Amino acid sequence: MNPPVIAIRQLRFAWPKARHDCIAIDALDVAAGGSLFLHGPSGSGKSTLLGLLAGVLLPRDGSVSLMGTSWSALSGARRDAFRADHVGYVFQQFNLLPYLNVLDNVLLPCRFSTLRQERASAAGTSPASTARTLLRQIGLDESLWRQPAGELSVGQQQRVAAARALIGRPEVVIADEPTSALDAALREDFMALLMAECRAAGSTLVFVSHDERLAARFDMRLALASVNRAAETAA
Amino acid sequence: MRALLGIAGRSAWNRRSTLSLVVFSVALSTLLLLGIERIRTDVRENFSQSVSGTDLIVGARAGAVQLMLYAVFRVGGATNNVRMTSLEAIASHRAVAWMVPLSLGDSHRGFPVLATSPDYFMRFRYGDRQPLVLAQGKAFDGTLENLYDTVIGADVADRLGYRLGQRITLSHGSGVIPGAEHADKPFTVVGILARTGTPVDRTVHISLEAMEAIHLDWAAGVPLPGVKISPEEARKYDLTPKQVTAALIGLKSRTAVFAVQRAVADYADEPLMAVLPGVALDELWDVVAVGERAMLGMSTMVAVVSLAGLVAVVLAGLNERRRELAVLRAVGAAPRHVLLLLAAEGGLLTLLGVLLGTLGTIAAIAAVGPSIQAHFGIGLRLSAPTPQQWLLLAAVLVAGLVASLVPGWRAYRLSLADGLSPRV
Repeated sequence: MNPPVIAIRQLRFAWPKARHDCIAIDALDVAAGGSLFLHGPSGSGKSTLLGLLAGVLLPRDGSVSLMGTSWSALSGARRDAFRADHVGYVFQQFNLLPYLNVLDNVLLPCRFSTLRQERASAAGTSPASTARTLLRQIGLDESLWRQPAGELSVGQQQRVAAARALIGRPEVVIADEPTSALDAALREDFMALLMAECRAAGSTLVFVSHDERLAARFDMRLALASVNRAAETAA
Repeated sequence: MRALLGIAGRSAWNRRSTLSLVVFSVALSTLLLLGIERIRTDVRENFSQSVSGTDLIVGARAGAVQLMLYAVFRVGGATNNVRMTSLEAIASHRAVAWMVPLSLGDSHRGFPVLATSPDYFMRFRYGDRQPLVLAQGKAFDGTLENLYDTVIGADVADRLGYRLGQRITLSHGSGVIPGAEHADKPFTVVGILARTGTPVDRTVHISLEAMEAIHLDWAAGVPLPGVKISPEEARKYDLTPKQVTAALIGLKSRTAVFAVQRAVADYADEPLMAVLPGVALDELWDVVAVGERAMLGMSTMVAVVSLAGLVAVVLAGLNERRRELAVLRAVGAAPRHVLLLLAAEGGLLTLLGVLLGTLGTIAAIAAVGPSIQAHFGIGLRLSAPTPQQWLLLAAVLVAGLVASLVPGWRAYRLSLADGLSPRV
């Protein structure tokens, strides 16, 4: 079995000024190319855990590692660079810069990460043509590519966000309730698309949702309440 | 870095309606700063170009600046008169090469009338010791048969559309008292001077004898009741001038300038003074400098206010842009990129404002320059910025960049605190 892409050990996290830890996870591994479904009620610390996985937040104790590198071992600037190189991120909504066109939005990660730019231009292509391939794969009509991203529908915007998270094949794609703004039919489409694209890129997908019906597609599912011992220690 | 500038530019373009007001206010303050500096430089230039080759100006004892302003620039109030006998005595000083009397006080449709001797056209120098040149016609010769001849400056001819042979009448004083006209003794334009860019362009020149002639039937500033002397009769009177306003003096050698100045000051029969044009101008600049500094200070304040407005607008927009900053963070931008983005936006706005203000200054000078030239005789030049202007432009730019660090720093703090989940 491949070494885990994501490894959590003895993780403890508390917000400044809080009296209790809000996250306490002893061990969690996600294998390369795997997919993890995280669910839990609002306020169970989902967004906090994503912040820890993306290296925006640092644990109070223990470690969160991506591909064997602990976020805590990196300086602030190195964390930013490491995140740019290895993590794709999809928000709930408002993922795109409304004043850039669709193509430029997809290319954004290549502007901040040389590694992803290189990967996107491997095999003799240019980042722009890789972006076009991705946009074709997510089924966005070519007439929309030069449109300002703000003019797209919510469903189209989420698909563009998926393409952006995947350009340059980052090892980890984190999606924070990306389907919550979509209706049922669009949700199915988007889920299928995201999973297929992650598989094609070999990216590990961490997907957060409060909607447990989506969990069936994933290799692993995790109810935050069940692994998170913070609730117990606080009680 | 270039990618970031591109993003900053497009983000700003997206909010152009708000930001254009900021650019406009920066442009206005730039225009003020540059405009004031341009006027300051050109006024000085014009003044120092107005007289050259004259070593001393002699007049009644008053302020040096007042005498200079009135005799050369036709600005301000009349000084006391000087007796011709006194001037002749000074002219006989062995160091004096020439003396040209000047008599002022009347006007023609707002243009000052200068009575002088025919020598004036030979002796007077302006700019880089350039002599006066007649564009058309000839100078008056000061003889009795040509008593009512006049030579006009280029602006007078242009603005009033006068040609050679034009008959004109003069007004008593500055022409503001109705009816105080020398209508009974019309003059004929016999010469038009080429443009000099000095107050000469706005002057109507007549002979000293003509000045006497038109005032024969006047006393204390009003026509004598019941006395009428026709232009023909006037020629029979003694028209030798008794008093004039001032005189220009040229020396045989400049080294004698202080000796002659002292001789004038020590003249026993009448309290007189002699001023060096350069020294009087320096004195004038000392007086004017206070006002200039106040103007510059105020426009600096305007610039500071407009930059404060810039910071306020960018800061106010920041809260709505927390989502945008989080997206940038998610695609790999570091907080320092966010700082750079905001600082670049402020810098870009300042740069635009400064460019627009510079263009505005050029347009304003092109638009109102001719009318300022006509009214005040001050030629504003459309020339490359002076070192002082470059300095002002640079100061505005640097101040804008430094001010932009404020929203930049705030965005930096916000993006550190928000991470990928902005609290909006």
